[in-house]
Amino acid sequence: MEWLFAILVGGLYSAGLYLMLQRNMFKLVLGMCLISHGANLLIFTAGGLTRNLPPIFSEANSIPAQMTDPLPQAFVLTAIVISFGVTAFLLVLVHRTHKILNTDDVDDLIKTDLQ
Amino acid sequence: MKTLVIFPIIIPLLTASFCLVSYKTPRLQWLFTWFGNLSYFIVALIFLQATYQGNYYSIQIGNWEAPFGITIVIDLFSSIMLLITSILVFCSFLYSLTMSSKEEFRSGYPSLIFFLMMGVSGAFTTGDLFNLYVWFEVMLMSSFVLMAFGGEQQQLEGSIKYVILNLISSAIFLASTGILYGMVGTVNLADLSIKFSIIEYNYPKLIVSSLLLIAFGIKAGLFPLYFWLPASYHTPPPGISALFSGLLTKVGMYSIIRTFTLFYKEVDIPIQNTLLIIAGMTMLIGVLGAVSQNEIRRILSFHIISQIGYMLMGLALWSVMGIAGAVYFIVHNIVAKSNLFFISGIINKKTGRYHIKSQGNLYQESPILSICFLCSALSLAGLPPLSGFVGKLTLIIAGIHSKAYITVFISIVVSFLTLFSMTKIWIYTFWGTPHYKKEASSESDKNLFFAYSAIIILALLTASLGIFGEIFLNISEKSAQELLQPLTYIEKIMEY
Amino acid sequence: MNSLILKTAGKYIAPLLFLFAIYLLFTGHNQPGGGFSGGLVASASFILLAFAYGVEQTQKWIRISPLYIIAIGLLLAVGSGVISILFGQPFMTGVWITLESLTLGTPMLFDTGVFLVVLGTTLLIILELIKEV
Repeated sequence: MEWLFAILVGGLYSAGLYLMLQRNMFKLVLGMCLISHGANLLIFTAGGLTRNLPPIFSEANSIPAQMTDPLPQAFVLTAIVISFGVTAFLLVLVHRTHKILNTDDVDDLIKTDLQ
Repeated sequence: MKTLVIFPIIIPLLTASFCLVSYKTPRLQWLFTWFGNLSYFIVALIFLQATYQGNYYSIQIGNWEAPFGITIVIDLFSSIMLLITSILVFCSFLYSLTMSSKEEFRSGYPSLIFFLMMGVSGAFTTGDLFNLYVWFEVMLMSSFVLMAFGGEQQQLEGSIKYVILNLISSAIFLASTGILYGMVGTVNLADLSIKFSIIEYNYPKLIVSSLLLIAFGIKAGLFPLYFWLPASYHTPPPGISALFSGLLTKVGMYSIIRTFTLFYKEVDIPIQNTLLIIAGMTMLIGVLGAVSQNEIRRILSFHIISQIGYMLMGLALWSVMGIAGAVYFIVHNIVAKSNLFFISGIINKKTGRYHIKSQGNLYQESPILSICFLCSALSLAGLPPLSGFVGKLTLIIAGIHSKAYITVFISIVVSFLTLFSMTKIWIYTFWGTPHYKKEASSESDKNLFFAYSAIIILALLTASLGIFGEIFLNISEKSAQELLQPLTYIEKIMEY
Repeated sequence: MNSLILKTAGKYIAPLLFLFAIYLLFTGHNQPGGGFSGGLVASASFILLAFAYGVEQTQKWIRISPLYIIAIGLLLAVGSGVISILFGQPFMTGVWITLESLTLGTPMLFDTGVFLVVLGTTLLIILELIKEV
């Protein structure tokens, strides 16, 4: 199963990078989303894939092979929450920028680099 | 004492929430702000005093045992950073007492700064790699909002660049944490430090540490990754730029020092060489960028990059003296660089612009401002008896001991170029004939009393950091010794 | 948007959504759910109202500003951690009390805080966006 996830993560990263290299600002946000999904899946895969086992360690179930590692799940959950917040903020920022600068082309954002 | 460990995180969080509750009444917000600042300062002072005697303080959040739960650790390095953070935030509030409007307070400016402070102090105290990522995000989220604060055209452009590049760095950091967890099965820094050195194969180690270096390097503004910094740091209001320049890049630097000293207990020659090259290039490129600029805040932004190079050089030398120099330099740079940003704000209040060629003769207008500027600028360039001199001298001596002659040579050249660009600001802004029309509305010195007191405090601090250099160097040397002997750190955490 | 269908349906669906959000919050203790997903569903119910009846009317129904919701949520979440300090435990350790057959603990309080923070943040951002469109 790991190889499938590896291909998926690679695909998400490359799609995200491709979108980020576009000049459209909204595609930038979408690319950012894809990359963070890729990173989340990477953690999930790196933490070890197990099927149909609960992430619970109890007296009845104390053999490590019979449980899922709960930590990667906690990491991914935290990362998802964070990327949710960041994406929401990014959308507002892009919207505001579009409204004030009247462009959604990243190449037009050169005023701060000029003297 | 053990319960106090969590306080550097709780105090800003509580203050921020109380400020948020009372966001309509600036007066009440001031009360919470000062109370929060004061208590944070006292806690930081207590920890500096206690950790100087060689103690470590750690707690496990939620009482989960050491390698599994989140550890919060305070050692000497952390407590130095906490103290300097509290001083800087205090000065920034003092500064904004006169420099920012009531509207800014109504829109939640103090609570955002306290959220930033919470993220920063969380990053300084955490003993867990994933938790470090979370604190980075807390810090970044509030800095994103602060960066776009006010929503002017330039700010929005700057924030887009800042936000996107920092998010890429976060994604890389997250990925490297995941890979590391897959490799060794832990994210606790102390536990990682043990298990990282046991890994047999060299390449996975190299991949993870270079990913971490890239992630932190984007945040710190290291050589090939610094482009977002000069494009965005000059856009927000000066009080906010000063806070960013003092804290954010230094958090990246802190994380590099913390993780690399823990992961590589002995010198790893390829990594050392890479770090030395990056340090040299960062210094050189940063200062060359600064020399070519004519806008005060842009000059200062480029100088942030070049100063980061010095800190990395200290780490790359991998000796007690080098790391002591790096720690000292971080403290010096937070004080001097933020003060220059504060001063640039006051200059703008007086002349209405930031471009140096359209200013002049400010010395006659206000001698105190010029003396404060001179003090911080010369300290940045590294003239005795100010703090920059002590820091640079330590780094150079350490470099000669470690036989890193090329980097030492570059650092000396960079000092001269820094002096050059500081004199450029001085000549155009404070001497010569004024090139601006004095408007009737420009503020007099009396109205700026609190802003002045902030810059005077920081200028005095940079002078005393230099004059009493031995005391401060002793402290940083002690923390460098601790950093280079991570075994005590590991024992203290794992025994819990 | 002025749609009779959305208005009529929203009137019945929004309270149900909010109820479901509270159910999610409480069931999150030992089943899928929790403060974060509950907060999102709760904010969805208000956003549905905002689409149907407009932002101003929705803000009138919410009564308090989303900033206050965030602040109260934060205070609840921190408070739940501080309680364990008062009991002499490390920050955020669960403290439990049992009232006959009902067991209450600080994790519940923390989750409620998260619920409010998520609700407030989402409302703050999305209402602002709807207003601007």
